[in-house]
Amino acid sequence: MTDVRQTADPMLSPALRAEALESLLLERGLIDTKTVETFIRTYETAVGPMNGAKVVAKAWTDPEYKARLLDDGSAAIAELGFKGPQGEHMVVLENTPTVHHVVVCTLCSCYPWPVLGLPPSWYKDPAYRSRVVKEPRTVLAEWGTELGPDVEVRVHDSSSEVRYLVLPERPPGTESMSEEELAGLVTRDAMVGVRRVTGP
Amino acid sequence: VLYRDKARVLYRDKARREGGEMTRVHDMGGQTRYFGPLPPIDPEEPVFDDPWEAKTFALALLANRVAGANLHAFRYALERVPEEEYLSGYYRRWLASAEILLLDSGILAPGAVEARAHRLQGEDVEEPPAPEPHKPSMPSGGAGNLRAVETPPAFAVGDAVTTRADEPAPHTRLPAYARGRRGTVVALRPAQVFPDTAAEFTGENPQHVYEIRFDSRELWGADAEPGSVTIDLFESYLETAR
Repeated sequence: MTDVRQTADPMLSPALRAEALESLLLERGLIDTKTVETFIRTYETAVGPMNGAKVVAKAWTDPEYKARLLDDGSAAIAELGFKGPQGEHMVVLENTPTVHHVVVCTLCSCYPWPVLGLPPSWYKDPAYRSRVVKEPRTVLAEWGTELGPDVEVRVHDSSSEVRYLVLPERPPGTESMSEEELAGLVTRDAMVGVRRVTGP
Repeated sequence: VLYRDKARVLYRDKARREGGEMTRVHDMGGQTRYFGPLPPIDPEEPVFDDPWEAKTFALALLANRVAGANLHAFRYALERVPEEEYLSGYYRRWLASAEILLLDSGILAPGAVEARAHRLQGEDVEEPPAPEPHKPSMPSGGAGNLRAVETPPAFAVGDAVTTRADEPAPHTRLPAYARGRRGTVVALRPAQVFPDTAAEFTGENPQHVYEIRFDSRELWGADAEPGSVTIDLFESYLETAR
């Protein structure tokens, strides 16, 4: 009987398996090393949550920008130069004292790459993907984010090519901070909606 | 026979054996078998834990291109990774899905990666010859997934809708937990390539997409945590609420 499994043995070391795959494609000229390296370097250095943090800090300090951002996320984010794969249509969700948004992708791990980079391990974890749509308050509390009973929780499951960025609340005590200093406070987890931004 | 078709038969047989609805490993929303403690949040987590993960990330994106596939076919390949391997880690399943796409399009022969891996370790293993490629040739309406659709949207903000409850396509973006549920249209999103057909290269069939809000109690029962879940759903997943 033929084994239906035709991909490599999952017991092989993934490093060896990746090297084997790469060598097969390289020797036939189907890929080149430079492109591989460019992809890696782009997402290791140029694209990451520091981009989203700039968007948030600008929205906190520039009311007109914030209005544009909430009206047309893709265009306002592109004003800062951030666009690309997994960011075709961006929607920005504003957290307020009474509404708290949190984002997940239960079917895979869709994530807004141009503003947040590649997803962190907790976002891809089966526990997060399965639980947050059903028990968001419990999930957030487990990560130290307590939401009062008067706060409405809205979970967003990223099931199409729309990508979401949460605009967290600006923490108190930051009135004198510059846009750049504020960007330094904004964390990846706050822009997914699992934590709040805390002051300095 | 394509790897894709074999995988489909496997799923169907598994569902029959278990006497119930197909349970798909990737469709995790609300599935209590995955419930467990959350991992810690490490703000300093590196983008890639190990160089092979970085290489896999790039290779998978390139494999998609080399195989003449698309984003939906890539996700469908991920969903066909055997359960144990799917759950063994994010980039491990990316590695398997890259291979699946290359097998499906005849770029790689079955067993080619495994044979090469053994050769790289100095073992004298015969490698299968490269097959005749048979890349998919689905017409594309352009780059990306946003499309203009001529027909007016069937639903408007405020409409009550019910999601379909019948057997979904092998690849679908209607999560199992939201099938046969009643929700409300809260926004219209740009029309997009239909994943259910694009994943199998049978056509882009762009459709209107709606943001649908479901009350938590509709999804999880009367004692659910208060709140709502919104999901972006394609027009053909929806019917006017019964």
